[in-house]
Amino acid sequence: MQFGGRKKKISINPQSELYGQQLQFYGQPPLENISLSEFETFAVERLKLLKTVENLGVSHVKLTDSYRGKLQSQLKTLNFPYRPDADDKKSQSGPTEYEKRRKDHISHFILRLAYCQTEDLRRWFIQQEVDLFRFRFIDLFPKQQLAFLHKNNLHYDTISSEEKTELKDQLINSSFGISGIKVMEHEFYKVPFQDALDLVRLRKVYLKQGYAYIPHQDIVTIVLNDFRTRLSKALALTARSLPAVHSDERLQPLLNHLSHAYVGQDYSIQKNVGKISLDQIDSLSGKSFPLCMRQLHQSLRENHHLRHGGRMQYGLFLKGIGLSLEQALQFWKMEFIRGKVDADKFDKAYAYSIRHMFGKEGKRTDYTPYSCMKVILSNPPSQGDHHGCPFRHSDPELLKQKLQVYKVSPSGINQILELVKGMHYQLACQKYFELTHNIEDSSFSLNHPNQYFLESQKLLGGGKDIKREMDAPQRSQENSASKGSTGTQEVAANTSQHLAEMTEDLESFFQEA
Amino acid sequence: MCDLNGLQLLLPNDYMSHEPLFIGVTSAFYYDPASLPDLLPLYYRRLFPFSQYYRWLSYGGVQKNYFQNREFSFTLKDDIYVRYQSFSTQNELEKEMQKMNPYKIDVGAVYSHRPSQHNTVKSGTFQALEKELVFDIDMTDYDDVRSCCSAADICSKCWTLMTIAIRILDRALQDDFGFQHRLWVYSGRRGVHCWVCDEAARKLSVAARSAVTEYLSLVKGGDETIKKVVLTEPIHPFISKSLEVVKEYFSRYALHDQDLMGSKESVEKVLALVPEDARSYLQQEFEKEKKPEKRWKLIKEEALRKQSTAKKGQYFENEIMLQYCYPRLDANVSKGVNHLLKSPFSVHPKTGRISVPIDVSELDKFDPFSVPTISLICEELDRPRPGEEKEKLEDAKEKADEKDAIEKRKSRDYKRTSLAKYIKYFDQFLDGMARSWKGERLRNSDLQKEF
Repeated sequence: MQFGGRKKKISINPQSELYGQQLQFYGQPPLENISLSEFETFAVERLKLLKTVENLGVSHVKLTDSYRGKLQSQLKTLNFPYRPDADDKKSQSGPTEYEKRRKDHISHFILRLAYCQTEDLRRWFIQQEVDLFRFRFIDLFPKQQLAFLHKNNLHYDTISSEEKTELKDQLINSSFGISGIKVMEHEFYKVPFQDALDLVRLRKVYLKQGYAYIPHQDIVTIVLNDFRTRLSKALALTARSLPAVHSDERLQPLLNHLSHAYVGQDYSIQKNVGKISLDQIDSLSGKSFPLCMRQLHQSLRENHHLRHGGRMQYGLFLKGIGLSLEQALQFWKMEFIRGKVDADKFDKAYAYSIRHMFGKEGKRTDYTPYSCMKVILSNPPSQGDHHGCPFRHSDPELLKQKLQVYKVSPSGINQILELVKGMHYQLACQKYFELTHNIEDSSFSLNHPNQYFLESQKLLGGGKDIKREMDAPQRSQENSASKGSTGTQEVAANTSQHLAEMTEDLESFFQEA
Repeated sequence: MCDLNGLQLLLPNDYMSHEPLFIGVTSAFYYDPASLPDLLPLYYRRLFPFSQYYRWLSYGGVQKNYFQNREFSFTLKDDIYVRYQSFSTQNELEKEMQKMNPYKIDVGAVYSHRPSQHNTVKSGTFQALEKELVFDIDMTDYDDVRSCCSAADICSKCWTLMTIAIRILDRALQDDFGFQHRLWVYSGRRGVHCWVCDEAARKLSVAARSAVTEYLSLVKGGDETIKKVVLTEPIHPFISKSLEVVKEYFSRYALHDQDLMGSKESVEKVLALVPEDARSYLQQEFEKEKKPEKRWKLIKEEALRKQSTAKKGQYFENEIMLQYCYPRLDANVSKGVNHLLKSPFSVHPKTGRISVPIDVSELDKFDPFSVPTISLICEELDRPRPGEEKEKLEDAKEKADEKDAIEKRKSRDYKRTSLAKYIKYFDQFLDGMARSWKGERLRNSDLQKEF
């Protein structure tokens, strides 16, 4: 992949072939010149699209009408390819289909650069791209789907009617929901069994001589797995070529910002170190801590102790909100001394692990605060533990009682319990946020306890500090720009100016509903 | 040869039937593990089929270093276990085995580098790349459904389970998965192994192996699970075909040999697999009806009756048959690319039996108790054969071509033992594969433009 400098010159023809279809596997990188502004716009707009995909995926059942309607309108708004409705007779007053497909192609590859660097980023990117692909693939007409498979060298051939008749009984008995009529009416694909492992494993497909005979309805799963595998491999390769890209000064800031602006935000970079004082923590825990941390704080105060899982989860969270190492040591020591631990023992046994958390011991890894995903999925609490996600790990009755103690309204509690029943733990926490902050819609997609804290602080006006941080880059640019000219922007020369504008653009987008 | 209650007697060639027969019990008739240290050197020097073995694991030389990068592991005397053994040539393999005289030999994967040098390779780059797809069926896994034996014991009654297992799995591996080159091997004591040697099989990923294994698994659950087979609609063709095989053997094996419907204890176990309402009905009927065949018929009829009425629990007759007869695989053996499995032609130290290939076309005739032991074949080696004097003269004439002479002598050696027919079968198996290797080599040489 050749992205460095973007000065590749290649003839124009192959492109029209490349965009012959609405949907693609993104097998070939784009090979053309592109302006920096187009580079930025494409990237930002695709990011908005993927963010929508994520939000819809969390709040809707995928592929229902409301899901599809909303995603379609977003595709339309952002000028990405989508299948026009039958009665959408709008003339080509916007970008052409070709231009939309080109944008789709290029923006995907730009985001690969931004999202290939860490496991978390890759996972997020792949998840949204797969969901987007699924939506667009299902939207194609069956003939288009077949054409797509063939064009991409997927050895999925349909079987003839003769073969269908011959295998009719076996096909009926192998796939769920396939009747005699359906066999003759719908397409069946013949696929090497290695490409259909999920179906083979569960014996949900007919096998003959090493081939799986897959009904059309199941082929989507196969294609998606194929897409996911290809993308995963490609990202790994991309990560290796990244140093070349990073050496381009025009691209580096943009790519960094793209990956941090959204999901890459791991709160490991402490923004407000020392801005929080220890005596604020009690009140903050009631106002701005997510339920899991509030619970941990309370246990700590009550028992003057927390076990290892709890110390890690809560300790890293505190680091993320801005506690310094010295403050942390003081905080834990003060509390533990009130319990069964004396000062000496604390210094010997516990201080080390706190320093470890801050990357000052051992292999000096600066541990990052746990995301919601990590809290929910790993290290479930057992007897005597207080860590984990209360929406996930607490007994619903106990959760209810706790919420009552924290003065959440009965109807609010019910809403939360409903979400918990549906296993939407992060949405339940978001609802808790809305109820405790007295707002209708939280306008962010919760995936990290520190994000909860920041959003809460922003809302409660303590966000003055944070806002100042965001404005700072802009101000410094104004300073440097004023040294030279007086106000005319030199677009090509000053990327950081673009960066600031784009920052605003993204941030304001994130604040929309 | 005459069979005396399962003991095989080898009579001298010049034995006249009117003469009294003195039966001298020698080590040929029963195997003593203590004699292994004496027998193994003989076995490895004169009987182990090295050239066939090498031919097998080289796979026609289609892929470079395939043999050289293969891992072997040996269990030596006093249970010393050594891994990551690898060899550059057939000769080196022979020399090492003759030097070490392993009690057990396991075959592992083909790695990215020579296993014997794995410590010199940068960490993370030494990887298992390919291996045959293998299956291990062990009679102990059937202890809850066989009444004749338990643990390491087997008998002719329960051996039918292995026959059924081979028939079902072999058919599926061929018809469903398209694998052509399947080698079934007697493990030496209480089970069988299958080595699927197709190129496609050797290249399967862990996920693929795991999927194949799950596709082939029907009996699920451990000691705590009573009902280990549950069938739901639609009944996949694989299950129907497997049931057909089971039905062929069920009457003789289960009703007769295992007396499934005979003893009270056994009947109770079977009825525990039947839905409650049918159970009480059948218990009543069984007070009156004592004949096993008739009892089973009652179960079938009850199942049929249920099928037309209720939705659930309508396949219990088939479920019982499968729980008692369907093959039980050790999934861990099949899933890992780097898993080590006992080698064909290895000796089983406890029984002395050689792990011989099983001729699937004569499957019903296979008898694990007539598989040669190492003591038997060593004894057969020393027995003079008619026409041997002539061969020794020919030998001397051919001294010029030493290697060939050694090979010829070796082949004459094993040919006079009971091992012969098994090696012959192995040869046929290799011939079958060789046809596909030839095609590959031609393709590769075309690509490289070698003429």
